[in-house]
Amino acid sequence: MSALLDVQSLRVRFRSLGMLRALVTRTPDPFIDAVCDVSFHMRRGETLGLVGESGSGKSTIARTVMGLTPAHAGSVRFAGDELIGLSSRDYKAYRRDMTMMFQDPVGSLSPRLTVRSLITEPLRIHGIKDRNRRAEAKRLLEMVGLGEDFAQRFPHQLSGGQARRVGVARALALGPKVIIADEPTAGLDVSVQGEVLNLLARLQEELGIAMLVITHNLNVVRHITDRMAIMYLGRFVEQGPTEEIFHRPRHPYTEALLSANPQPDPDAQLARIEIKGEVPSLMNRPQGCEFHTRCPYAREHCRQVAPGVSHAGEGHVYTCHYPLNT
Amino acid sequence: MPPPDTTHGDTPAKNATHGDAGAFAQHWRQLCRNPLGLFGLALVVLIVLSAVFADFIVPFDATQVMAGPRLAPPSWDHLMGTDQLGRDVFSRVIMGGQVALLVALSSLAAALSAGLILGLIAGFGPQWLDNGLLLLLDSIRAFPVIIFALAVITLLGPSLATVILVVVITTIPVYARVVRTQTQALSNNEYILAERAMGAGTGRILGVHILPNVIGPLLILASMDVPLIIALEAGLSFLGMGVRPPTPSWGTLLNDGYNYIHNSPWPVIAGGVPIILTTLGFTFLGEALRDIFDPKLRRDL
Amino acid sequence: MTQASATQPIEAPAGAVLLEVRGLSLDFGSSRGRVRALRDVSVSVPRGRIVGVVGESGCGKSTLAFAIIRLLAENAMITAGEVRLEGRDLLTLTPRQMRDIRGRRVSMIFQDPMTSLNRVLSVGQHMIDIQYRDKISQADKRRRAAEALTRVGIADAESRLRDFPHQFSGGMRQRICIAMALLVEPALLLADEPTTALDATMEVQIVGLLKALQGELGCSILFVSHHLGTVAELCDDVVVMYAGEVVERGSVRDIFKRPGHPYTQALLECDPGRIHEKTRHLPTIPGSLPDLVEVPQGCIFKDRCPHAFERCQRERPPHYPVAEGHTASCHLLDETRGNHS
Repeated sequence: MSALLDVQSLRVRFRSLGMLRALVTRTPDPFIDAVCDVSFHMRRGETLGLVGESGSGKSTIARTVMGLTPAHAGSVRFAGDELIGLSSRDYKAYRRDMTMMFQDPVGSLSPRLTVRSLITEPLRIHGIKDRNRRAEAKRLLEMVGLGEDFAQRFPHQLSGGQARRVGVARALALGPKVIIADEPTAGLDVSVQGEVLNLLARLQEELGIAMLVITHNLNVVRHITDRMAIMYLGRFVEQGPTEEIFHRPRHPYTEALLSANPQPDPDAQLARIEIKGEVPSLMNRPQGCEFHTRCPYAREHCRQVAPGVSHAGEGHVYTCHYPLNT
Repeated sequence: MPPPDTTHGDTPAKNATHGDAGAFAQHWRQLCRNPLGLFGLALVVLIVLSAVFADFIVPFDATQVMAGPRLAPPSWDHLMGTDQLGRDVFSRVIMGGQVALLVALSSLAAALSAGLILGLIAGFGPQWLDNGLLLLLDSIRAFPVIIFALAVITLLGPSLATVILVVVITTIPVYARVVRTQTQALSNNEYILAERAMGAGTGRILGVHILPNVIGPLLILASMDVPLIIALEAGLSFLGMGVRPPTPSWGTLLNDGYNYIHNSPWPVIAGGVPIILTTLGFTFLGEALRDIFDPKLRRDL
Repeated sequence: MTQASATQPIEAPAGAVLLEVRGLSLDFGSSRGRVRALRDVSVSVPRGRIVGVVGESGCGKSTLAFAIIRLLAENAMITAGEVRLEGRDLLTLTPRQMRDIRGRRVSMIFQDPMTSLNRVLSVGQHMIDIQYRDKISQADKRRRAAEALTRVGIADAESRLRDFPHQFSGGMRQRICIAMALLVEPALLLADEPTTALDATMEVQIVGLLKALQGELGCSILFVSHHLGTVAELCDDVVVMYAGEVVERGSVRDIFKRPGHPYTQALLECDPGRIHEKTRHLPTIPGSLPDLVEVPQGCIFKDRCPHAFERCQRERPPHYPVAEGHTASCHLLDETRGNHS
């Protein structure tokens, strides 16, 4: 079965110094790799979770796939078509099939448009005239469980949960095949998070949409994704089926992330893997395994040699010399 | 300048959702609670009406030299007295207001449009264009207004059109910079990114999503510039560098009156008070509008 | 009030009440009318304990913290109640006296460690300035600042005092804020969502740090958070707030193991951190927050409560005891209510 979205060896770099300053300070390589050699694929109707802490490059991947940030190297194929290097005019055609939801539920909605205008904006952008916008708005609002009376409201009159639903409705307007959801539960209360996740799960089942969920919240990933990838310093350190990773993480960073999830139970005895210190700067990546500076299990070998990709069963890969749970 | 989007059926003005009695009514109520703002509005309305209907208000031809008394104090015939040539000062004040508003509004309209376009380009366009435009705008701004005005007038000769030209050129950079900063701030918002992700073109993003958010603060800023421009016009005319006689202007009124201040103070008062009232009116109104529409600006300006 | 204060002698240094908020009500003026943001809120913080205030956005938990230290917006009006710190009602103090309290007895850390430091001042400058009341030499102040940084786990403190806030990561900056807050050796530390802006691994580190420092210094902490897991891990006692009211209070074990109020129960059920089996349908709390301009009659949670009955519609439930030191404001707990059910 061929992949719907196929990303191979993607690399995204940003300039770390201005051209003049790089010249003056004689920095030969004034770039940082925000995303480094990332490969993944998604099939129809599948959900992939991208997990990592802030600065790990997960949102950059999303923006690159959407053509908002240029890639330095690698390929992004949608249904077999290469997207890297397309002009923005050519890219536009693919934006009907791939849509993105942004982090801030209210801030990602243009403040002076009504909900009706917001959710039918994609129709207007793509010049679709044969559909009645009023009816279309009603249909979309119904899909996300909002009444028609919401059509007249402005973003500032919505609660976080309602604004998120509007964002979902807008993402669905053109009947996409892939939705990229950047922190879909950010800024929402626990009692509302469930609503949004249930909505996404339901829509995905009904419409067969493939979903890329970007989050730092492992609780989100567990319930709505089939597979997940864990990012550290712009690289994938582990990728595989969600349940498998939750039960038997191989990479120490994955294990640390899983255990850094405080349980709402005062008696929970956590076998917590405390990782030391801070995320290193992208400007000077550590030698050898890039996680060794914080890894509780690091040995001499890890400081010298970068680990390659190892396989642990069906679609489960990781980069670690001394994996856990083997 | 792209026209305001007409494809959107629902504009914020129609805002009448759950209990909000419309945005306009709400703003009106806010204005009513601000006595200085109301006072400003009343003055501005008075000044604009007197300028629009100047031809019907004036009892005499403002430029006609009359045989009557010269430098006469106010009387029922001449509400503000007469000047050294026997012209009716009241008529000259009213006609001068027309000139002042004409200069202020036409130059503001031109400066705003140009400033908007340049600002949007600099704020949303590529970095090199931004840098280039900024360099140009800042060089213009670095020039002292009066020196620049004198230079242009020396080159082109004093006239109403020259005054307007000077005002336009010196205010464009101010507006362009404000628009550029606002545009850049807005472009970093997630909703602009969301628009790009949906495939919206530059024109649509600027016209539908950025312009409406920029134009409000800009108009408020402009309303507070009206008195500055009027003062500049009056100043130049006072120096004899602005409107040419016999066309009346508050500045020439002041200048003429100044020479005869020992004989009669009335022409000076008649020329000065309108300038003060206009300044107060537009400033109070501008400040009230700013507080209503953009409380954030209060600290920024 | 809580039984803790009644069962233990007031004089005892540990366990005695340090902060007692009683019947606090606070309104915010708005164009729609007065928003009743806090209504009859009572919280007590014993000496040497960590009390968590937990609730969802709009429940008034941060407002409570800001009301205690009296750093409120201009449109806030305290309409009733008292805030007693070591027996003194902070609400009656002059601004000058209050400033004295803020620097010495109470300090606060905030949600966003990026904006709570002034970026044009070095960290050392921040930490020396905060000791302005102490009559010791500049060098001593610097030494104390370095000690404080070391205590919160910043290596090479002496030289890092020269660095500016932007040279530190978010977690580091929160550590600096904690070091500054504790430099004055306060009796009470108010922490307003101090881990919300941080990544999970940093959050865990900061929670551990707060716990260790509290044990070391013996101060009390009022920890405001929406994160149930963090509260469960850090706090001794918990206060649950909903729509401006305290709906339940008790020890952390009571609240998380035997929640008495339907809201607490629902909130705990919603937390996906509790659900270990993969599910595609997560529990939620249907409905939305009540309007706080026209606060409805009766129980504040009745519209979203699965157990609401007729009495909840008209009568606001007082706090009924659930267990020793554990109360909840729900009519279901009224044992004298007769044959309802």
